[in-house]
Amino acid sequence: MIGLCMTVMTAQAVIETYEFSDADLERRYHRLSDELRCPKCQNQTISDSNAPIAKDLRFLLHEQLESGASDDEILSFMVARYGEFVRYRPGLDSNTALLWYGPLLLTLVTLFALALHLRSRKSVVAPVEPTEEEREALRARLAGSGGEQKVRS
Amino acid sequence: MPRLKLFLPLAAFVLLSLLLFRGLSLDPTSLPSALVGKPLPDFELEELHSGKNLSRQDIIGKPMLVNIWATWCYSCRVEHPYLLELAAQGVRIIGLNYKDDGVKAIAWLKDLGDPYALTLADSEGMLGLDMGVYGAPETYVVDANGVVQFRHVGVVDAQVWQSLLAEWFPEFQSKGVAQ
Repeated sequence: MIGLCMTVMTAQAVIETYEFSDADLERRYHRLSDELRCPKCQNQTISDSNAPIAKDLRFLLHEQLESGASDDEILSFMVARYGEFVRYRPGLDSNTALLWYGPLLLTLVTLFALALHLRSRKSVVAPVEPTEEEREALRARLAGSGGEQKVRS
Repeated sequence: MPRLKLFLPLAAFVLLSLLLFRGLSLDPTSLPSALVGKPLPDFELEELHSGKNLSRQDIIGKPMLVNIWATWCYSCRVEHPYLLELAAQGVRIIGLNYKDDGVKAIAWLKDLGDPYALTLADSEGMLGLDMGVYGAPETYVVDANGVVQFRHVGVVDAQVWQSLLAEWFPEFQSKGVAQ
């Protein structure tokens, strides 16, 4: 359903249409244009955006697909010009390591904290029953100085 | 230890605040250029005025600024007077007239003055694309070997020149350019 909605949105956003010699190329065109980010309008993919630069990139994408370039070749062509920024799924390097492993790291930290917490809860011993002397002392205090207790509490 | 634990939320809050505070001073529109440290891409474009075909070999050989501009770009008009000043100091500026109409561009330079040693007419924006241009104005520092050293996105003014660009042009640095 989400996929369907996205296709509809894409179809509305894009003005020009391209003819593809092969249905597979068209599928790849849609997949890649949904993965490539518009350098000008930073929160849109090139399939979303009407910016001239996005239009140029779609044109190039279509041209390269038709000339038989592989997905990797196309992506590295784009990255060579616009940097890793142009991919919504950037490759793994020292700059993007936190992006890729951050969620895993956070999950591990959370699980660790949760485990610690649960363990410390288990290790709490059952409340100790007061001894007979203590009961005696308590009763004496309650009976002897009721007023004072109220003030204190 | 249990006491210290009470400060954990505070510590987390402070850390997050620092992180977000730093985010406030970052400019998300300033992107690193993928071209820095790489040679200027090859091209075959007409010179705006003469219509002569030029390639990469014809423009490199001296440190220069490559300025991406167009008549549809308002900020280009803003930076134009400063480019004229720089050109008057002797800085070599190559214009790249980006996705523009040649007739309008020639009229623009006639009206406002021409700071460019040469202007390449990139009406299709294909050299722009090879350079990773995503808007105008953009200004690239290209050294004598034709290698791109720096890219500035946005208007070039006295402050940008002094702080970012002048270091690549030591012979003009000391003179300084009037504000």
